[in-house]
Amino acid sequence: MAIPFVLFNSRNHGRSIIITDTYPTMNTRTPFLTHTLPTPLVLASGIWGTTVSLLVRAARSGCGAVTAKSCGPAPRAGHVNPSCLDWGGGLINAIGLANPGAEAEVELLAQAKAELEPLGAPLIASIFAGPPDEFATVAATVARARPDFVEVNISCPNVHSDFGEPYAASPDAAAEVTGHVVDALAERNIPVIVKLAPNVPSIGRIAQAVTAAGADALCVINTMPGMLIDAESGQPILANRSGGLSGPALKPIALKCVYDVRKACPETPIIGTGGVTTGVDALEMLMAGASAVGVGSAIHFRGPDAPRLILDEMTAWLAARGMDDLNAVRNRAHHEPLYAAVPTGAPVPSAH
Amino acid sequence: MFDSAPAPAFRLPTALTVARIDEENYRTKTIVLNGALEATPGQFVMAWLPRFDEKPFSLVDNDPITLMVTAVGPFSRLVHALEPGDRLWLRGPFGQGFAVPHGQARLAVVGGGYGVAPLLWLARSLARTGRTVTTIIGARTANDLLYAERFAALARFRPPHATAYDLIAATEDGSRGVQGRVTDALLSLLEAGAIDGIYACGPDPMLSALRELGQRYAIPCQLSWEAYMRCAIGICGACEHEGKVLCLDGPVVRD
Ligand SMILES: Cc1cc2nc3c(=O)[nH]c(=O)nc-3n(C[C@H](O)[C@H](O)[C@H](O)COP(=O)(O)OP(=O)(O)OC[C@H]3O[C@@H](n4cnc5c(N)ncnc54)[C@H](O)[C@@H]3O)c2cc1C
Ligand SMILES: Cc1cc2nc3c(=O)[nH]c(=O)nc-3n(C[C@H](O)[C@H](O)[C@H](O)COP(=O)(O)O)c2cc1C
Ligand code: FES
Repeated sequence: MAIPFVLFNSRNHGRSIIITDTYPTMNTRTPFLTHTLPTPLVLASGIWGTTVSLLVRAARSGCGAVTAKSCGPAPRAGHVNPSCLDWGGGLINAIGLANPGAEAEVELLAQAKAELEPLGAPLIASIFAGPPDEFATVAATVARARPDFVEVNISCPNVHSDFGEPYAASPDAAAEVTGHVVDALAERNIPVIVKLAPNVPSIGRIAQAVTAAGADALCVINTMPGMLIDAESGQPILANRSGGLSGPALKPIALKCVYDVRKACPETPIIGTGGVTTGVDALEMLMAGASAVGVGSAIHFRGPDAPRLILDEMTAWLAARGMDDLNAVRNRAHHEPLYAAVPTGAPVPSAH
Repeated sequence: MFDSAPAPAFRLPTALTVARIDEENYRTKTIVLNGALEATPGQFVMAWLPRFDEKPFSLVDNDPITLMVTAVGPFSRLVHALEPGDRLWLRGPFGQGFAVPHGQARLAVVGGGYGVAPLLWLARSLARTGRTVTTIIGARTANDLLYAERFAALARFRPPHATAYDLIAATEDGSRGVQGRVTDALLSLLEAGAIDGIYACGPDPMLSALRELGQRYAIPCQLSWEAYMRCAIGICGACEHEGKVLCLDGPVVRD
């Protein structure tokens, strides 16, 4: 279906020229839990921080929902610099969860929500905490701002783990944290999204544990641990020494995680996040099983207009194949073609 | 794979050796490094000392790469302790610099305190364009005034078809130049209708005052603002200023 493309310029003195059949369109409306997002793209947590003006800018440049920077129980300055770098294949960051603290965050979130509402873009608050029951306190605090969803960042260290492993690494710990947040938000009817980490032996197991504990949706994935070393000094570059990889290098890891989680939780809405930089990347994420698509590092690799560029590329790709609806690609990787024959396959390597 | 903004010359911190160090005043040094960068006046770099910290500095020149560092805290004091042959790591250049449009013939270039850092290069880049450039530099006292001699040298250099350079120094205690603030000095030029564009770098209150003057006299401004920078690549949001990420959309913002 092509809808009219209305062109205004100074030569036609504001009169509209209507061109049909040349400008491809796409039905971008994306059902997600209690809402319908105007586009399938979701600004990832931590991108552009929690500044209201920048969350609104992201919505104006094409994000159908925006996630605020994770906030915790108390104000945190975060790590010294360097704390975020472009290393060529993607970004690495160890911002150190810099945030003004949940109490101060309430006002920011409330203002962001008021400014996002006219744009039709839901606001997702993001929280982290220390001990599991503290997640409930932080959730109850940010709930006062009435965000549309609360996302739980469980990639922070589990205070009960000897090695500082994240909650995201254990099905039991992840479920415990989820349970606390679900209970804290039940009264206000705010759906809970749990954000999973990629560096676990079986992400499907974690996904099932947190949905059993009451998570309404999942965000898949957070960053992947990594380190940069400067050869001239022989030193790690990040002040925190290690950090989280994001951007193009993360995409194959994210696709696999989303694919596995879709298999493990066939009915749960998933925000597929990690390395989406082009429209085709976003479509691949939907094919892997995502319900909506997170956009983070692309804001650097493509610039602040990244969401708009990605949407245009998605539309063009679909149009070139005679499609205009995202439902045509959703979950496609899970429906494999069937053949009557079997391929010959490779020979067993010889033993000499 | 995809179209993206061209990567800066130094994507990751890159080791450069110190070629020369000039003492400017009791707490400021100019540091010349071995190396050159494609950049424009007003752009900045992130300077790194391994396992310590990384901080933004305006480029005073791109060839050779030159920084002006005022010792105000732990990082800048460590940079002051460097000697020729030592190394300093840089990534960049980042951000939008100054861009003087063709129509503007008479420019005011205004620097407060260490804000003069990017302005000498800007003024020098306008040589032989036949413009009139009035540099106004200000500080609390004569001792705090930076680059006065360097700007004065520019004013003395007058080849044919050259840009006419003027220098006005303003100190709050009157110990050098006119007594008062840079905005006082600029005001009389604006009243005389002698300025087509304002180019400035300095503390926020000075920039806000200049912006107001620009609005009152309908003169376009390009102001270089400061903010705490982390990524310097427009992703983390640390440097937000009035809806812009200063490391990418700025630091020079047009009004
Ligand atoms: C785009 C940009 C360009 C900059 N260009 C320059 C430059 O060319 N030269 C330069 O010296 N600095 C420049 N700065 C500031 C520079 O980053 C600081 O010098 C640096 O942060 C100091 O770190 P520190 O650890 O020594 O001091 P900190 O402990 O971080 O700061 C100590 C105190 O000094 C104040 N302060 C910071 N910078 C200055 C300064 N330069 N003069 C006076 N007070 C200051 C801080 O607000 C703080 O209160 C620039 C900053 C930005 C954002
Ligand atoms: C600078 C930066 C800050 C981030 N901060 C957070 C955060 O506070 N909370 C969180 O859950 N994820 C955070 N992330 C991770 C992103 O939300 C996202 O999961 C990750 O970057 C992968 O997506 P991408 O490849 O599209 O960037 C951050 C990422 C970056 C680059
Ligand atoms: S420092 Fe400007 S966005 Fe990170």
